[in-house]
Amino acid sequence: MAEIKYTRDHEWIRIEDGIGVVGITDYAQEQLGDVVFVELPDVGNALSQGKDAAVVESVKAASEVYAPLNGAVLEINTALPDSPEMVNSDPSGAGWFYKMSIAEPAQLADLMDADAYAAYIADL
Amino acid sequence: MTESLNQPLKKTPLTALHEGLGGKLVPFSGYLMPLHFEGILAEHRHTRTAAGLFDVSHMGQAVLHGDHAAEAFESLTPGDVLSLRVGSMRYTLLTDAAGGILDDLMVTKHSDHLHLVVNAARKDADFAHIRERLMGKAELEVRSDWALLALQGPAAQDVLGRFSAAARHMMFMTTEVLTLVDTQCLVSRCGYTGEDGYEISVPAEAAERLARELLVEDEVKPIGLGARDSLRLEAGLCLYGHDIDTTTTPIEAALAWTVNRRRRAEGGFPGTEVIMRQLSEGPARCRVGLRPEGRIPVREGTAIVSVAGDVIGRVTSGGFSPTLGSAIAMGYIDAAYRDPGTPVTFNIRGKKVTGAVVTLPFVPHRYAKL
Repeated sequence: MAEIKYTRDHEWIRIEDGIGVVGITDYAQEQLGDVVFVELPDVGNALSQGKDAAVVESVKAASEVYAPLNGAVLEINTALPDSPEMVNSDPSGAGWFYKMSIAEPAQLADLMDADAYAAYIADL
Repeated sequence: MTESLNQPLKKTPLTALHEGLGGKLVPFSGYLMPLHFEGILAEHRHTRTAAGLFDVSHMGQAVLHGDHAAEAFESLTPGDVLSLRVGSMRYTLLTDAAGGILDDLMVTKHSDHLHLVVNAARKDADFAHIRERLMGKAELEVRSDWALLALQGPAAQDVLGRFSAAARHMMFMTTEVLTLVDTQCLVSRCGYTGEDGYEISVPAEAAERLARELLVEDEVKPIGLGARDSLRLEAGLCLYGHDIDTTTTPIEAALAWTVNRRRRAEGGFPGTEVIMRQLSEGPARCRVGLRPEGRIPVREGTAIVSVAGDVIGRVTSGGFSPTLGSAIAMGYIDAAYRDPGTPVTFNIRGKKVTGAVVTLPFVPHRYAKL
């Protein structure tokens, strides 16, 4: 089964065959409200853990989405710009943002597993 | 939409109802108010297609008494209050000596008084201003014992008509005392969404009962401030503190229509000199509609840039239009660029977004025509 990890900034990353699929959590989409626009990075862009990777615009405000790990953008969800509501309806599935290479697997230790993340948001 | 907590937030007679309905409550103008219930987009669309119920009890309501209340009140506004017939209402502005806008408000003429509805964030200042300026001429009675509900949308007439048949026959911008849920309410056919609808002044103790009864109707859902903002933006209506304030005049704000021929001829309102000069010479800048291409919201504070690359104005309200499925905005622009169709650009996170000046409103008004 694929491993899913979470950041304190509410991104998730699912590791499949050494590649990371990244999106934002259900908690994050709930906080953002209706998403009306997603600005995705370009394929090939370098990503640094904790630094800007994408932008989500909801009806309320613009929010940065940060890279969970160092690496590079391999693929983006090209359906997302035309159907940003998928971020709300299926944040951990059809609403994924991009796929990335993982430059430093050791950084995974900085992220939370599902139980730790559930405990983290319960305290927010 | 939200603000910092520095003093206890006030509640409205409907706060407990909002909590019970699962609303997300946020601080707004010193009150704890619902930002949304089901979600801003869904609530927006519901109001455009059926009927939305809004709690706007945070707004200030007051009654101005006195034999010459209308005459006295005209000394504070460039609007025409004297010609209002009993039972009619008008949108007007309080101005300062420099022609700046102190607030925008609704004034309704009753047989022996005026009824005023002002913005929540401005009500204390407005009421102090009115009392000070009209001392000895008219007496202001603040009605914080009244709640204010808005029922907006194409189904509003059918819904309220079930509570009181007379509601169906009211003309736009008129007021009647109607009995709703066995309570005398002041019902006005007006609103802030561009749709047909009503605003209902109801005694605080009956407000929750009325709201619950309205929500029983199939067409009615509770709507939060988030959708109230996107609805009014689509309708091209100003939000005080954003699109208008003391640094903007009625002429710059494209609200010259609130200054009628008689007031222009007679003058005698605060800011007459500036307002009359801008009327004759044209203002240096003015409020316009802006249509950025695509879905990226162009938000308040964003610079408006000409094709040549010069900053020619600033966005004062901006967001996503659920009805059009695109970004919409309003802002102030140098008068030379005011014509609809003029191309403009915006810089959003380092990317150039193109757009154009457009005619307001973005979504046609659908007020009652009787």
